[in-house]
Amino acid sequence: MDLSSISPTLLVASLMVAATPILLAAIGELVVEKSGVLNLGVEGMMIIGAIAGFAAAVGTGSPIIGFLCAALGGAALSLVFAVLTQFFLSNQVATGLALTLFGLGLSALMGQSYIGIKPPANVTLDLPVISDLPILGPILFSHDITVYAALALVAGVWWFLKYTRGGLILRAVGESHDAAHALGYKVVKVRILAIMFGGACAGLGGAALSLVRVPQWTEGMTAGAGWIALAIVVFASWKPARVLLGAYIFGGVAVLQLNLQAAGVSIPVEYLSMSPYLITIIVLVVMSAHRNKAALNAPAALGRAFHASR
Amino acid sequence: MLRLEKRPNPSKIWAYLAPVLAVFATMIGGGLMFAALGKDPFEAIRTIFYDPLFSEFAWYYRPQLLVKGAPLIMIAIGLSMGFRAGIWNIGAEGQYIIGAICGAGAALAVYPAQSAFLFPAMICLGALGGFAWAMIPAILKTKFGTNEILVSLMLVYVAEQLLASMSLGLLKNPEGFGFPGSRNLQQYPSAHNAELWAGTGIHMGIMFTFIAVIFAYVVLARHQMGFHIRLTGESPKAAKFAGVNPKRLVVYCLGFSGALAGLAGMFEVSGPSGQISIDFNVGYGFTAIIVAFLGRLNPIGILLAGLLMALTYIGGEIAQSSLGLPSAAIQAFQGMLLFFLLALDVLTNFKLKFASVGSRP
Repeated sequence: MDLSSISPTLLVASLMVAATPILLAAIGELVVEKSGVLNLGVEGMMIIGAIAGFAAAVGTGSPIIGFLCAALGGAALSLVFAVLTQFFLSNQVATGLALTLFGLGLSALMGQSYIGIKPPANVTLDLPVISDLPILGPILFSHDITVYAALALVAGVWWFLKYTRGGLILRAVGESHDAAHALGYKVVKVRILAIMFGGACAGLGGAALSLVRVPQWTEGMTAGAGWIALAIVVFASWKPARVLLGAYIFGGVAVLQLNLQAAGVSIPVEYLSMSPYLITIIVLVVMSAHRNKAALNAPAALGRAFHASR
Repeated sequence: MLRLEKRPNPSKIWAYLAPVLAVFATMIGGGLMFAALGKDPFEAIRTIFYDPLFSEFAWYYRPQLLVKGAPLIMIAIGLSMGFRAGIWNIGAEGQYIIGAICGAGAALAVYPAQSAFLFPAMICLGALGGFAWAMIPAILKTKFGTNEILVSLMLVYVAEQLLASMSLGLLKNPEGFGFPGSRNLQQYPSAHNAELWAGTGIHMGIMFTFIAVIFAYVVLARHQMGFHIRLTGESPKAAKFAGVNPKRLVVYCLGFSGALAGLAGMFEVSGPSGQISIDFNVGYGFTAIIVAFLGRLNPIGILLAGLLMALTYIGGEIAQSSLGLPSAAIQAFQGMLLFFLLALDVLTNFKLKFASVGSRP
């Protein structure tokens, strides 16, 4: 065992990459939940995004088109959820589960001919001088552009929810759909848009996994990342800045355990691989132990179906 | 312009009709999917739904229907109790794995001793293992209010890692030439969950499945706990006033479904599968969610839905070898079924009304 082989600089740099897929999916789900909809299909939308992005990137040779298709794929699948829950008023928990099961199956089907292929490399930031700075360079200035895009998206969502009229309407719909409806806001329309934004973000997260983080396509490659994104939204008590914190903590755990595996720690590999899931559970328990504080922040209409009777 | 109007009471006819229509809609939707894959849709649907039952090799496939259906039904019965009360255990896959590890572990610990008590002990340990694994989300939910959906699901991934660790380490066959996986319990008479009648596929687990169906039916229809579950599902407020203890309900529902999932895993590892290996679990715990909904969360319905889902598994395997249909297609097909069911269910609770926009009051 040689712990000195783990470099803190590289650790921080790689945790940012590792956290990006979950960060993207979680910030999308945050917007969905803020509008009062609980979409448990994040895992399904992520993996559809992963394969749609991968296939498009391999087909066209352009990672940017890959990411676009991933967002489209995720949004398309989320539209199924939107139609079922908003027009057909189906149970949101059950529909979300269906989305995940269907997404996992469909992605495996789509991805059959893509196993073992390498995707085209994405653009990484490379500034003269600055990217070569000793510690700050690798941490801040030489990542894949998705890392920066995800950060910008978090900031954008924070700004949108806090400072824009659209954000206010979205939050109103999530707190009390009846009141929002009475004020003349189109509850169903707002929610469908939010769900599709969430789907697009989850799709991007999936593509960040298959095009940047891994980069490869394997069946079921999300391995619970979508569910961890859902947990991070709870951990963040529905605040964008804390989603960032949660995703980076999780990314840190994931990268640290991989580094420990590589360093040959005497703990068996399987037990190290468990750690991200166990930490997620512990974090959830800690958060819900102070449940009054956290639950106060949850959108009041979360998971409730809306049907305008008149 | 179409408009939905809430029914005062859920429609009984549509409650029965929706699953049947969903199956037909899935046949059409699935047919389109198979056509998109370049397969003949009619042949694919016939292979999946007809061939396992009536083709010339049906004598081989019919027993498989019970073998594949039993774990699905057993797990779904457990899940349906909780789903009715709004308690979402979606980690049955993990409880299934732990049940199998505990049951097989007990047998492998005393190998090669022969005893008539070994198999009953394995049954108990399998159920206990699943129960204990389900108690983690249950206790966290009752003590700290932690979301049981996320915790039970996270534990699936933990259980999968544990399974890998067991088949590579503790339970690995010492005479297995270094291959991962445990000893084969089919060659260990005291621990083997053998067919009760040769050629029928019926093993002890199938007997237990029927018992579970009857038990769940009686509990739901006649026992106070069943009444509490139904009451909580239909009106949480009324349940509160009636003095239903929600924490007890969480422990009961999760414990029951965990024990059944553990049992299913135990019967699978000691019978059809035979050994603990890395790819022992094949997703029964997740497919059982579809079975539970397709069966209307009703024990008898689940029995039928489980057999239908087993049919798609077997038909899918046949289609895989005869038509070259990818195995993932069946998974997508099953997911599609749940979509159609959820969509058609709107007609159970709402009436479709034709009304022009102008006539709205």
